[in-house]
Amino acid sequence: MHEKDSKVEELKKRKEQILQGGGEKAVAKQIAMGKLTARERIIALLDEDSFHEYDMFVEHEARDFGMEGKVLYGDGVIIGTGTIYGAPVAVFAQDFTVAGGSLGSMHARKITKIMDYALRMRIPLIGINDSGGARIQEGVNSLAGYGEIFWRNTLNSGIIPQISVILGPCAGGAVYSPALTDFVFVVDNISKMFITGPDVIKSVLGEEISQEDLGGAKVHAQITGNAHFYAESEYECFEQIKKLITFIPWNNTRKARRFEPKDPKACYNIEEIVPGDPKQPYDVRDVIRAIVDDSNFFEIQEMWAGNIVIGFGRMNGETVGFVANQPLVMAGVLDVDSSDKAARFIRYCDAFSIPLCTLVDLPGYLPGIDQEHAGVIRHGAKLLYAYSEATVPKLTVILRKAYGGGYIAMSSRHLRADFVFAWPGAEIAVMGPEGAANIIFRKEISEAANPEEMRRQKVEEYKEKFANPYVAAAKGYIDTVIEPAETRKLLLHALEVASTKVSDRPFKKHGIPPF
Amino acid sequence: MTKIDINGNTHDTPKLNDSQLNTLAVEDGEYKTLFTPKFSGYKKWEQHNEKLIRAFIPGTIVEVFVKPGQPVKQGDMLLILDAMKMNNQVKSPINATVKEVNVKVGDKVSKGVDLVVLE
Repeated sequence: MHEKDSKVEELKKRKEQILQGGGEKAVAKQIAMGKLTARERIIALLDEDSFHEYDMFVEHEARDFGMEGKVLYGDGVIIGTGTIYGAPVAVFAQDFTVAGGSLGSMHARKITKIMDYALRMRIPLIGINDSGGARIQEGVNSLAGYGEIFWRNTLNSGIIPQISVILGPCAGGAVYSPALTDFVFVVDNISKMFITGPDVIKSVLGEEISQEDLGGAKVHAQITGNAHFYAESEYECFEQIKKLITFIPWNNTRKARRFEPKDPKACYNIEEIVPGDPKQPYDVRDVIRAIVDDSNFFEIQEMWAGNIVIGFGRMNGETVGFVANQPLVMAGVLDVDSSDKAARFIRYCDAFSIPLCTLVDLPGYLPGIDQEHAGVIRHGAKLLYAYSEATVPKLTVILRKAYGGGYIAMSSRHLRADFVFAWPGAEIAVMGPEGAANIIFRKEISEAANPEEMRRQKVEEYKEKFANPYVAAAKGYIDTVIEPAETRKLLLHALEVASTKVSDRPFKKHGIPPF
Repeated sequence: MTKIDINGNTHDTPKLNDSQLNTLAVEDGEYKTLFTPKFSGYKKWEQHNEKLIRAFIPGTIVEVFVKPGQPVKQGDMLLILDAMKMNNQVKSPINATVKEVNVKVGDKVSKGVDLVVLE
């Protein structure tokens, strides 16, 4: 055998060994948990044969507590680059079969290396998390590793898209890397995220709760809002990630990929979706589907704070971010969670130059002791801040109700929306007719022979005069009143006009948003 | 109405009927709508009662200084609640008499549990 050939043989042998990860037993355990292995995940996520791995030969650093004799292939994490529908992405995937995917200093250094790559090359970063947490044998070096990751997550934020996929445990400090990224994906029965796990809670509190009930996929998709996408299986999750990648740009200096423009599907008739009675619920997502190309609306955080709908669609082939009040859920009110949800999405779209389209139909803010005490003032302020600060094209369509503070918050002219359109049935007023009539005509109502009849009359009177779009239109607060059927045409035109928008703002280091 | 799934296929979704909807009262009257899981799970607010000494943090009782019937002054130590690697001193917020002591040394308590009742 040639010497050169034997060297290649040796390389192949070394690689072969590393590809086994934690070995047969550990892999069998991973499969028994209903999980794919780290390598299977990367293959399923990326375009065929597109993955190229780096730092395969990295070895772990711990030399205490019996770790010196151990071999941890790749130190429990796989890093590399590949493509999704041809778009380049940087990937890391923690390998639970190698020392439980625990994070030691070399493991962290591999992750930070691929993060630096992603930033330098200005490509999206996808992190697959499946780790038991800090490698205790490596002590503070492990903590340092987490800190280095968090710092880079923050540095990369708003420059490249950062996506976290939780496919196993992600506990303790480790949860903060996903929390700092733009989109978090979870899978039922597989994802587990918490700061302190069930064991600690049991020993400190004596309270027993399962990992699933404490921080499973459903909890984060429905209750905490930590997750943006929920899937029943890992394969479904990868399809969601791929779809997301088609909607977002590679970095903040580029536009998302342009698709062939398509008309909305005929089954969504925009004239038939919104009931005339402002108290009748309907699904605002159908209005979005009646507007966007091919009726293809990709919703984000579908299961959390359903009273506001956020997500991506395309107009004339280009990505647009949609924010819409959802009358079907909580009557579409603004509250702590819906403000928080929309504000973060608006900032995402603004950072990546994705135009915003806001559909308005809300009765105002949710009244309640729990809301006030939960800080609806400061959380609600996030929405005002995000809209005010966003300089991407901002288009607003008032479908029905826009009362009071809710009117201002939902991308109004006053927060510098570029185009504000209203449907003929829109009611733009300082408050709803019933509330307003009760205040303005309090005396007349209380002194009337028949107060109920008088109240009804006064509500009607107020509705007649103010519950329409023309008072606001007379002041130029809305640009025009449009027929529902014209909505898509006008939005397409507005997007074209606004595509060269210039927005000068005074210099500042940064503002101080009400986080 | 029809719904489109991730692959672009359309599905018919059943129409909502009124029995699935809840009533939400806002300033402008009542609306028929769905509730979020979080909203459905909210606990009713209670007036703060300073005579009820509750665990402000989950932890373990390591010392109890008072017995039922014992008078206490504002600032007197009632017990020590060990939590988060800290011996937290729980003091009386008012001048009062101890009515009940609901915990003993070694008890693990959750947040919000009644520890001592004053009168």
